[in-house]
Amino acid sequence: MRSRATGKRASLGLISATVGGLLFLHVPLALILLYAFTTEEKSYQFPPPGLTLKWFEVAWGRQDIWDALFLSVKVASVSTVAAMAFGTLAAAAMYRSRFFGRETVSLLIILPIALPGIITGISLRSAFHLMEIPFSLWTIVLGHATFCIVVVYNNVVARFRRTSASLVEASMDLGADGFQTFRHVVLPNIATALLAGGLLAFALSFDEVIVTTFTAGQQTTLPIWMLTELVRPRQRPVTNVVAVFVIAVTLIPILAAYYFTRGTEGVSGNGK
Amino acid sequence: MSSAALDARKTGGWLRWISTQLHSRPRLLLAVLLGPPLVWLGVIYLGSLFALLLQSFFSIDEFSGLVRKEFTLKTYSELLHPANLDIILRTVGMASSVTVAAAIVAFPIAYFMAWHASGKLKALCYIGVMLPLWSSYLVRVYSWKLILAREGILNWVFEQLYLTWLLDAILAIPVIGGPSLSISYMGTFLVFLYIWLPFMILPIQAALERVPPSLVDASADLGARPRLTFRKVILPLAFPGVVAGSIFTFSLTLGDYIIPQIVGSSRLFIGQAVFTHQGTAGNIPLAAAFTVVPIVIMGIYLTVAKRLGAFDAL
Repeated sequence: MRSRATGKRASLGLISATVGGLLFLHVPLALILLYAFTTEEKSYQFPPPGLTLKWFEVAWGRQDIWDALFLSVKVASVSTVAAMAFGTLAAAAMYRSRFFGRETVSLLIILPIALPGIITGISLRSAFHLMEIPFSLWTIVLGHATFCIVVVYNNVVARFRRTSASLVEASMDLGADGFQTFRHVVLPNIATALLAGGLLAFALSFDEVIVTTFTAGQQTTLPIWMLTELVRPRQRPVTNVVAVFVIAVTLIPILAAYYFTRGTEGVSGNGK
Repeated sequence: MSSAALDARKTGGWLRWISTQLHSRPRLLLAVLLGPPLVWLGVIYLGSLFALLLQSFFSIDEFSGLVRKEFTLKTYSELLHPANLDIILRTVGMASSVTVAAAIVAFPIAYFMAWHASGKLKALCYIGVMLPLWSSYLVRVYSWKLILAREGILNWVFEQLYLTWLLDAILAIPVIGGPSLSISYMGTFLVFLYIWLPFMILPIQAALERVPPSLVDASADLGARPRLTFRKVILPLAFPGVVAGSIFTFSLTLGDYIIPQIVGSSRLFIGQAVFTHQGTAGNIPLAAAFTVVPIVIMGIYLTVAKRLGAFDAL
């Protein structure tokens, strides 16, 4: 823990501020896990009076949770595929070319995530309303894919920057056409970055609630189900079980994405 | 190599022809690549954004409750009503205090990660910051409902330490206090801070990471004590990172409507106002005008941030 510049040890104050900050970030998540096992049904009593596995069974038997889960998985899958296609295309176009309006395009890609989600949400909703488009799976996907593009784009463009352009030139010199070069040279190079971007996009979409409340109509994705339970609680421990499940589902893709892009620190975590 | 590609190569087929065309016309290639994402973002996203902005210049007919589609600034003038102005000031105040607090809490963590951690420890810290950033927003908000509840862990801790009087004293402070932590500005503030903190840590860490150690050595050689080096060398170089992080914390707080709805007093924030006006009240023009407020504020903020060099730290 010596400083990379002065070789001095980190002071006690610095260490405790760091540990304290990291605990602040993680203790609430650990509490959710604990509460999924509590026997207390009506309140958030701490410490829990007893521990039980009952709520996992109750949650398992709830059809409304399964329906919400399936809808979320469907939305996240379709949005991820769309975002991967658009994000890769945009990254391929942007990383080397210089053209008029390039800055504007990069701003446009980042905008859906830089502006508060409520603005994206209400814009889409009023546009659907104006064009008389009924709410469906596709209206949710339209919103999700829009802000997932930037995640894929960030990952892929970072990988492109680290990939030598001479590889592509060599492939072309050896007689491959553009499509062969993409299939056999470019794709293997960007594969893990693309996968990482896709995983993060999936996690982002699976968990999204703000835009979704505007584009879902009467449909219930898993986060919307949770939001309803938060505002009007019915069976609190079941909500806790679903919360644990949601954390698990989003953590796996995030850790996998980290694994695929490690060594390029700061890339995959950028620009949520 | 796929057989289709081989065939195309032998016969100089259409795939090859397309490829040659694209290769010899870089502009065309660019258009083909950039076309689909631009159409998606430009038409769907920008299109609806403009449609919304347009509606903010309409007004609502007070008698029929229908939207009158004529150009007027009347809706914007409604923003200046004391009740609405209150909402805007409250939100901006919250966003500013969350940003300042996040910078203070984030700095030591970022500093430790950038200057003292290496190898496994650094990876661990990095994951430790990134996991909460990416894990479920809603679940993380929910966890604070558990923590701040009357019968929850925070009250329990205060009780165990015989400090209940202190908590009561804090809650008795006017404005930021309230009947309990989960129904007070302080509760809302804590949740905002918790949710957006990782967004502040990562850019500061990235900025500190780029400070060359030789500068610190040079400063020490020239006789500066560590404290002075920190103030005169490290802090100014890390500042763009702080500004970059503040873009996230500020903008995200401005637009959020879930957190104050779940933890907080019943007084509205901009996001909630937008939500209510477009939903139950059916006043789309006023909702649209309200969304323009964070856009304008962020526009000003980003212009200043750009001056301060924050974009190089992103």
